Amino acid sequence: MPAGLNRALLTLAGAVVAVLLAIAICSVAIIVAGGEPLAALTALFDFGESARAQSNSIAVFLNRAVPLFIAGLAVAVGFRMNLFNIGVEGQYRIAAVCAAYVGSTFTAPAPIQITVIILVAALVGGLYALIPAVMKVTRGVNEVIATIMLNYIAINLSSFLVRGPFAGQRAEGELNVTTPKLPESAMFPDLNFLFEGFGMLPPTRNGGLWGFIVVAIVLGVLVWVVLERTRFGFNIKASGLNGPAALASGVNPKTMVISAMVLSGAIAGLIGLPEILGDRGAFNSNFTAGLGFLGIAVALLGRNKPVGIAIAALLFAFLDRAQGALQFAGIPPAVITIIQGAIVLLVVVANEVTGRFARRLEERRAAQQLGRNTPVEVTA
Amino acid sequence: MLGKRFSSVALGSVAGVLLMAVAACGGGGGGTTASQEPTGAASSEAPKSDLKVGLAFDVGGRGDKSFNDAAYAGLEKAQTDLSAEIKELSPASDGSNRGDLLRQLADAGFNPIIGVGFAYAEDIKKAAEEYPDIQFAVVDSASNAPNVTGLLFAEEQGSYLAGVAAATKSESGHVGFVGGVESDLIKKFEAGFVAGVKSVKADAKIDVKYLTPDGDFSGFKAPDKGKVAAEKMYQDGADIVYHASGDSGLGVFQAASAAKKKAIGVDSDQRQTVKETELQSVIMTSMLKRVDVGVFEFIKAFQGGAKGGSNVTYDLKVDGVGLSTTGGEIDDIKDKLDAAKKDIVDGKITVPAKP
Repeated sequence: MPAGLNRALLTLAGAVVAVLLAIAICSVAIIVAGGEPLAALTALFDFGESARAQSNSIAVFLNRAVPLFIAGLAVAVGFRMNLFNIGVEGQYRIAAVCAAYVGSTFTAPAPIQITVIILVAALVGGLYALIPAVMKVTRGVNEVIATIMLNYIAINLSSFLVRGPFAGQRAEGELNVTTPKLPESAMFPDLNFLFEGFGMLPPTRNGGLWGFIVVAIVLGVLVWVVLERTRFGFNIKASGLNGPAALASGVNPKTMVISAMVLSGAIAGLIGLPEILGDRGAFNSNFTAGLGFLGIAVALLGRNKPVGIAIAALLFAFLDRAQGALQFAGIPPAVITIIQGAIVLLVVVANEVTGRFARRLEERRAAQQLGRNTPVEVTA
Repeated sequence: MLGKRFSSVALGSVAGVLLMAVAACGGGGGGTTASQEPTGAASSEAPKSDLKVGLAFDVGGRGDKSFNDAAYAGLEKAQTDLSAEIKELSPASDGSNRGDLLRQLADAGFNPIIGVGFAYAEDIKKAAEEYPDIQFAVVDSASNAPNVTGLLFAEEQGSYLAGVAAATKSESGHVGFVGGVESDLIKKFEAGFVAGVKSVKADAKIDVKYLTPDGDFSGFKAPDKGKVAAEKMYQDGADIVYHASGDSGLGVFQAASAAKKKAIGVDSDQRQTVKETELQSVIMTSMLKRVDVGVFEFIKAFQGGAKGGSNVTYDLKVDGVGLSTTGGEIDDIKDKLDAAKKDIVDGKITVPAKP
């Protein structure tokens, strides 16, 4: 069997075992909480009984996966070169509030309006990530510390902006603060026709299936091409794997830090847009927070590869969707958080174990081919 | 053991399905299929009527010993008094699935559906438009659609009484107010409290601290911040601190306990609901916001055929707000409080809703 296939199969097996173990751990937690593990499992796959409930559930599931996927991509770009961009959280919030505000200040034909909003979001996210990057290359400030601190600034700055300079009209008695409503042309067209294509009822939920999923897919392909098929992507990987070696072969580490960080931040800037352009039409107090941190888990789970991140995002979204269904079955929804946490931990462990196992297999194979019994060191 | 459990589940679900089928046939409005998980029947009481009430909590969910639990008390009352079938759901910690929960309840045939907390305003509006045949209610927010009832409370009136109690009981003439989030809602608490204190001691010193600015709702679940804010007030000489800060109030009570001073709780009778026994004794009284009354009265009105599109305000007149007396610490000033209450009810005192 070729070594690559061998390794891929091992990784897959490791992931499956990790997921199964996570479910087993959760079953224990559910039993302790006085619930039925079987009922919980059923609830995970319970998409509702009426046709409308089912299409709504599918839309919720996919809609949740989109921002998680983008967040995972943003984190992964940094991870690829050992840059821990913990600042995705702050970058996407500040980008979202700025993009929502800028988008509300003018009205243009939909394609232009939406493109401008997306560009503003990417620009703001990228610029905000530039700060820790510049601090790192000029003063040697650790990007983990810098981005964590910048998160606090961004979170508070964005809540200041939404109630201060960027505040929009509030209805009488309305307590939620919000930016001005986006014009109709800024709303991303939904993909509800897909449901009709499958002979299902279109979902009503949260504006239906968000069209931004298309942007996310395109973004995923682009990131894959950039990381795997361009010199820039190679440089990123090389700097991450072995900085001094990359430097020796002519890669400027400072440029790489800045460009990887800015790229990561620019992608992070888009995380909030599916929700704003698909459903809310403004940045308000109900804007979903915490996606940047979830992105770290998603990227870890997806092993920093776009396809893996997509699978991880879908898995997280699938679990998140069941929060309501679980409560209908009388099981505390915190179970979902336990499953997610257990999966991430176990997958990281499984990756390490399968990695070592694969290396040992490789060594043995090499040793056999060399016709000797003593194992030979082979870097995998 | 395992087999036993399975059979009990099977029995439970068969019974549940049968009962639900009966309920669906009997009810005129039971056109929607009962799509509740069969096993769910085990957790909720057997439905005795076709009244199916759904309730979606604010972030924090059940067990916050305050706002959400008060709403649940009203729901439970509807279950026993109106023999309603009830279902309550808590949102994810990031609150991203509020709208989703409302629609799941609607899809499962629940009507009416109640959203607890003003954060639901936007999601209720959308859900109400998508499900025009279902009646919704939202606690702490104004009605914004023809089938939405806004359940509002005159927090400033209850807070006024809390202010009167604090000023009368304070020995140093120095009290404090800890607000969770500097929103218009919490400012109502502050305004009423300050007016109440000043009505007793015009020269009283009142420390006011908000934990987070408007729009940043973390102030409702930051006991650490509440503790720091209250500690400062007690150190500066305040001897009673009133909090309107949700879960953060626990920090206020801890600070009061450490400083051997008093605190005033909010929303529920916190002397009863706080789990830590050493903290119970510091809670002189609590400003009750009878979310339970609001929820129950709404369900009752719905059963009587009431339709949404308007607001209902629960004030002192209908005992929608008030002070708790557990512990008996304010029994000696009861006359004074009753007089203040009467003046407000009679309109002799108009409590400001803005500081």
